[in-house]
Amino acid sequence: MCTTSSAESIENLKQYSTRIEHLARELGLDYYPVDFELVPNNFMMEIAVYGLPVRMPHWSFGVRYIHQLIRQGMGNSRIFEVMFPGDPCRAYLVNGNTLPENTLVTAHVLGHADFAKNNHLFEHFMEMAGGHILEQAAARAHRIDEAIREHGQEQVEAVLDAALALEPHIDINRELHRSLYPVEEKHEPEPQGDVFQQRYRQLPGEKPHAEPHVGVRRSPIPPQPEYDLLWFIAHYGPELEDWERDIFLAVREESYYFYPVFACQIINEGWASYWHARLLREADFLPQDLYLSAIKAHSDVVRPYAAERQLALAVNPYHLGFSMWEDIVEKHGLEAARRIVKEEDDFGFIRNYLTPELAEKLELFVYEARDDGDIRIAANDIHAVHEAILAPKFNYGAPRIAANHLHVDGSLQLLHDHQSDGRGLDLSRAERVLEYVSRVWRRPVTLHTVGDRGEARVVTSKR
Amino acid sequence: MTELITISAETPWYDLFSRGSRDWLRHNQKVRDAVQNNLPDLVAGPDVITGSQERTVQVPVRLLEHARFRLSDASTQTSAGQGRGKPGDVLRQAQPDMGGDEGEGGNNEGEVKLLLEFKIDDIIDWLWEELQLPDLQPKRNTSVEDDEYVREGWDRHGARARLDRRRTVKEAVKRRATQERIQENPVPFTNEDLRFKQLVQRRKPATNAVVIFALDVSASMTDAERRLAKSFFFFVLQGIRRRYAKVETRFIAHTTQAWEFSESEFFNVSGSGGTGASTAFKMAVEMVESEYDPSQYNGYLFYASDGENFTEDRGAATEYLGRLGRLLNYIGYVETVPGSPRTSETEMKMLCTELERTGAPIGSSVLTRHEDVWKAIRKFFVAQQTE
Repeated sequence: MCTTSSAESIENLKQYSTRIEHLARELGLDYYPVDFELVPNNFMMEIAVYGLPVRMPHWSFGVRYIHQLIRQGMGNSRIFEVMFPGDPCRAYLVNGNTLPENTLVTAHVLGHADFAKNNHLFEHFMEMAGGHILEQAAARAHRIDEAIREHGQEQVEAVLDAALALEPHIDINRELHRSLYPVEEKHEPEPQGDVFQQRYRQLPGEKPHAEPHVGVRRSPIPPQPEYDLLWFIAHYGPELEDWERDIFLAVREESYYFYPVFACQIINEGWASYWHARLLREADFLPQDLYLSAIKAHSDVVRPYAAERQLALAVNPYHLGFSMWEDIVEKHGLEAARRIVKEEDDFGFIRNYLTPELAEKLELFVYEARDDGDIRIAANDIHAVHEAILAPKFNYGAPRIAANHLHVDGSLQLLHDHQSDGRGLDLSRAERVLEYVSRVWRRPVTLHTVGDRGEARVVTSKR
Repeated sequence: MTELITISAETPWYDLFSRGSRDWLRHNQKVRDAVQNNLPDLVAGPDVITGSQERTVQVPVRLLEHARFRLSDASTQTSAGQGRGKPGDVLRQAQPDMGGDEGEGGNNEGEVKLLLEFKIDDIIDWLWEELQLPDLQPKRNTSVEDDEYVREGWDRHGARARLDRRRTVKEAVKRRATQERIQENPVPFTNEDLRFKQLVQRRKPATNAVVIFALDVSASMTDAERRLAKSFFFFVLQGIRRRYAKVETRFIAHTTQAWEFSESEFFNVSGSGGTGASTAFKMAVEMVESEYDPSQYNGYLFYASDGENFTEDRGAATEYLGRLGRLLNYIGYVETVPGSPRTSETEMKMLCTELERTGAPIGSSVLTRHEDVWKAIRKFFVAQQTE
């Protein structure tokens, strides 16, 4: 099959996708405008690596880039589309993929666009940040380039080392735009005393009671453990310069932007897969051979395990989401499905709609891999399966770490909530992250966590 | 129905600039910087000294990891999978630990490594820059001279091989410019146009050097000590090579006896028994006297030991070292003491200090850690400059 780079195939794609869009709208899909762009494969790869079409430079993206290059070189990884929600949405297709593949992908993207407009998590983000995050990200990347010219690569890199290392450490339950902590703690009125004391004070000759002590006490910073580390460092870092704060806030805003995509992977990919399958099935205007090739591409995407295998040690989110949506629409109808799209993220979706029957039909299981290489199936009851699927998604996939104390000398104390996470941190990595952070914080930074046997461990930055 | 989708296929700049490659190059730069800080450890192959100069050192490096907070590895990882099977089914048997390499290979499966290549010459240039080392001075003794031919002037006759084409063409152009009026079709070249480079004989300072490495291989020399010595020998030789056109190297190992070795054997030799350094010095004296005429060669001796030497050997060692001092440009003695430096002066150190006081070109340094190698090299080259 030939690529989608000739004028003729691009014209065909335009025609098919226009008709697919009509079909989609008739079936009730509802979305902001979508701007598609056909791009070369190398550019697509960079979008996937950076997470945004134009983003700040950092060497760690170079490492991801080379890994992706190797995976593609070995044929293990192909990127079909990347879609950025917004108003308008932007979607990128690879011009090296075939016309049937890109037709399928257009339909798939419409499913994503519908999801992004209707799902509450996506909607909430768009309320907070507006619909032009890509342009903003590009502008920020430009500002960072300027900072590099002004302050030098080493300086800017040090800030990015810290900010990007803390990328998932935002508090998704709080707003993107937050005001600083109140400076003063509300003072509690001095107790008035009992009736006797009041009368005593009013006795002539009795000195007026000292002005009621105004309880203005500087509130501790942070007033409660602060899980939004990027925000906290940006605003409370001693001696942080404006351009450094800019970088922290840039990384933070992008992190907020990525969160809905992260937290809705299964439900969202499943929804898009459900729609590309359905739209293609109902698109009777497509030539037969194109339809067949597209359906072949579909089954490659949603298959549970590699063709020659009978078993996979991972669950393909496309396959799981797709199977669940088919099941939901079949049992409850499209209306109910649309309500689920609105309300749920992966947590609610899996826990509420991955039923025991479906899990059994899909042959889902939980396995345990010991560090001696032994792998065995541990369970297949539905709760275990739910939790195993969701485990990597908690707290943005990162350990729960809060800033919990600012010492008088300006040094910062972080606290790892090891009880929620079940075990302690990888100490050598933690130490390196503290190195990054302390360069920006410019004061010592310590972190409290636990070791292998649950004993208290304190990691301290070296400076 | 108004359409909500647009499809465009103009890609004006995507092919021109790769951000991924840019950040990848930056990553590699960071790796390079990190590696440069560990240079002494890199040159550890068995033939680093005599190997070709065009050679490169290949260093496998792990990709840098941008650290993030992560939970420590649990001894048992639980995840979801899909396929036929019931609880209790073993999907993969524990691999009995084969020990050694095989186990490690298994653990690092799929890891990408970077193979960095450094030219030895580049490393050395970088070092010289970093340490701000002066270039060596050949022996100031004017009798050390060689004949050489240098180009001087041109002539109309000469050997074909020395035809100067550029000048010949110039002559032809000149001739044709003046002849044109007279002749319709000027010949491109005539015999009168030919010009040949001429050579004359000159005297020049000798640029041959011989470097003798002597190593104490008695039982007290441990591996760590040898590695220190080897690093030092390697870098000092590179420095000498920068200056001299032709450098010969000889290797002498000694216990109470001395033997000459090839380089590859040299660092692997281990002897037993005591230490009599004079045997090595005696051998060096014989070597220089019979093969390397001091009027033709710039001679250097570098000797590494842990400082022990039989007291009975003192007389002989002093005598031969003294003779070497008169034959050679410089004698460098390095004492390898891994760990903490010794407080008391060793036999060898004392001997060298004694000789230094009498004006012999001899210097000594103590190597306890790799960083000391640079100090020692610096000392040696700076000493050579001030003379």
